[in-house]
Amino acid sequence: MSETVLGVRGLKTHFFTRGGVAKAVDGIDFALERGTIMGLVGESGSGKSITGFSLMGLVDPPGQIVDGSIRFRGEELVGASEERLRRLRGARIAMIFQDPMMTLNPVLRIDTQMIEAIEAHEKVPERVARDRCVRALAKVGIPSPEERLNNYPHQFSGGMRQRVAIAIALLHNPDLIIADEPTTALDVTIQAQILHEIRKLARETGTALIWITHDLAVVAGLADHVSVMYGGRIVEQGTTEAVVERPRHPYTRGLIDSVPSHNARGVPLRQIPGMAPSLLDMPKGCAFRPRCPSAGELCFEEPSTTEIEPGRRLRCFYPLEASS
Amino acid sequence: MSTPVMALDDVSKRFVKPIDFAERIANLLGADYREQVVRAVDGVSFTIERGEVLGLVGESGCGKSTLGRIVAGVLEASDGTVRWHGKREAELRGEERRRAQLAVQMIFQDPFASLNPRLTVADIVGEAPLVHGLVSRAEQEGHVAETLRRVGLDPSYAGRYPHQFSGGQRQRIGVARALAVDPEFLVCDEAVAALDVSIQAQVLNLFMKLRDELGLTYLFISHDLSVVEHISDRIVIMYLGRVVEMAPTDELFRAPNHPYTQALLEEVPRLEARPRDYQPIKGEIPSPLDPPTGCHFHPRCPHAWQRCKDERPALKEVAPGRWSACHLNDAA
Ligand SMILES: Nc1ncnc2c1ncn2[C@@H]1O[C@H](COP(=O)(O)OP(=O)(O)OP(=O)(O)O)[C@@H](O)[C@H]1O
Ligand SMILES: Nc1ncnc2c1ncn2[C@@H]1O[C@H](COP(=O)(O)OP(=O)(O)OP(=O)(O)O)[C@@H](O)[C@H]1O
Ligand code: SF4
Ligand SMILES: [Mg+2]
Ligand SMILES: [Mg+2]
Repeated sequence: MSETVLGVRGLKTHFFTRGGVAKAVDGIDFALERGTIMGLVGESGSGKSITGFSLMGLVDPPGQIVDGSIRFRGEELVGASEERLRRLRGARIAMIFQDPMMTLNPVLRIDTQMIEAIEAHEKVPERVARDRCVRALAKVGIPSPEERLNNYPHQFSGGMRQRVAIAIALLHNPDLIIADEPTTALDVTIQAQILHEIRKLARETGTALIWITHDLAVVAGLADHVSVMYGGRIVEQGTTEAVVERPRHPYTRGLIDSVPSHNARGVPLRQIPGMAPSLLDMPKGCAFRPRCPSAGELCFEEPSTTEIEPGRRLRCFYPLEASS
Repeated sequence: MSTPVMALDDVSKRFVKPIDFAERIANLLGADYREQVVRAVDGVSFTIERGEVLGLVGESGCGKSTLGRIVAGVLEASDGTVRWHGKREAELRGEERRRAQLAVQMIFQDPFASLNPRLTVADIVGEAPLVHGLVSRAEQEGHVAETLRRVGLDPSYAGRYPHQFSGGQRQRIGVARALAVDPEFLVCDEAVAALDVSIQAQVLNLFMKLRDELGLTYLFISHDLSVVEHISDRIVIMYLGRVVEMAPTDELFRAPNHPYTQALLEEVPRLEARPRDYQPIKGEIPSPLDPPTGCHFHPRCPHAWQRCKDERPALKEVAPGRWSACHLNDAA
């Protein structure tokens, strides 16, 4: 039985700044089944983290969800009370933030913080809670977890802080984890261990994951589906295999071509020409138009999303050949 | 041979966490808390030549950032010496000292913590060049705009505060701040980790261009082997505070000498859409609080024998320009 854990439709999150309205997330749709992993990739500033914050109900003014729906296990979260959201956060929905210091309090020891995180949602004896913390730290590859529990965040390395934040997210076996670039600062060996744990978690407990990253190589080996974001919108969506091996959107293609291992050493890396557009001054029509090698006349209008095959969606007037 | 830009000789850094009050009380009641000592950097020596890109790679927690901070002069070594153009920091005086401080810039691993949240981007990037007289007040705005453009940020963002940026944008602010003072030497600690590939390519290309045009020298810390492979001339591999291998990039990738390097190279994720079963290097990740005896890698090494448990292998030149710290090299 496939169960939809999360259904997002037409979600828009805008920031009302002095310089104008920044449409950080501007109408995105996706669904996530139990136990599946969706990779959310896209250029810096494309709206990945703000998507995550929106799902968690953590958008602060001047930002605001202005439209759309977020259904979590059948329950509508847009407009839900702060009280309700707080109860879901941490227990049923957890987020691993891009900045581990958003999870960690710099002036408290790690044990205090982790035990508090457990006790916020469960009544357990301190001894038991402590044990769980030790096991959670070991899972993410922190050596001497017992001694390390007595440390403050600044006594950890950058990657270790990231891992502590991951351990905290795993404490309650949530239904949904939103992981925002959680392994960016981690070397391949530790990354491998964490990806291994995460896949196991998805398989065994049915936790669904949104894995936000710019690293296509990680997504390729981890995710079941991929959504590619550009300028606040999802421009391509499909199974990982389809998107990585047969990208149809010119932007996805450009992303894949700039991966260093696809380029010879010493010669300049291929890069997508131009700069990501400023949100306050988006190009008319398709936001990728000024940088797109395939752009044509039609691109001055906005392309809508078309489903080119079941589960494979695209926003482009001139998609690449299916064979390329 | 010319004097290297930077020379490290037997540099170590220890962090000591004394027993705190609660632990002392607990000890009175029969607990056994001890002082924690982390040897984050343990006897490291190497040199960096002008215009060289030296890659620094190793597992999380092995001491890369600590070493990077020592090289950048923002943290003092517990032991050993660091020489800048042949001189120790204590020997530099007045103007020379001030110049050296500007000449070495660091791009920090943690862009969030390293940017002052109360300053606008224009101030973060433009303050140091103005204070140090590199630009006049009239030139400041143009200089900021130019620097932002270089790292792929829209200059119209200059009036914003750090929290209004995405993660990758903040990382680029850190890069811009370092570049704004025309440094000679850059310590890049995971400087492109939070950047998507297209902007990563843009920033890496910029680093290489600055090297070619201005002879900039880099210590490039990254966990991403494909990035390090792409940009570095030479690579240093660290394991638990020590250098285990050092070699020109091509040779290191062609024929890694140290068993740890060999294991590391097998892990590089490739762009293949196939669910992989991720397999970490087997064995416990050792604790820097209680490092293994002898060769730190021995509990995880497929070739380890008795000597590896007993004796620390020295870093030796095993072929011209290639250094490795492994007893296997003596056996041959
Ligand atoms: N408080 C804010 N005020 C105005 N604009 C904001 C604010 N927070 C974020 N933004 C803008 O919203 C856009 C989307 O940001 P988001 O953090 O979602 O990007 P991202 O895709 O996660 O990028 P990265 O990969 O760099 O982390 C960015 O252009 C950012 O500048
Ligand atoms: N201020 C400090 N006080 C105590 N211990 C510290 C401090 N800074 C670092 N350490 C310890 O020193 C060791 C090396 O840390 P460092 O930050 O240099 O690692 P790293 O190689 O940069 O790791 P990462 O890849 O995770 O960033 C770690 O065990 C860390 O816990
Ligand atoms: S719609 Fe046009 S501009 Fe946009 S990506 Fe497709 S071809 Fe390029
Ligand atoms: Mg982000
Ligand atoms: Mg570090």
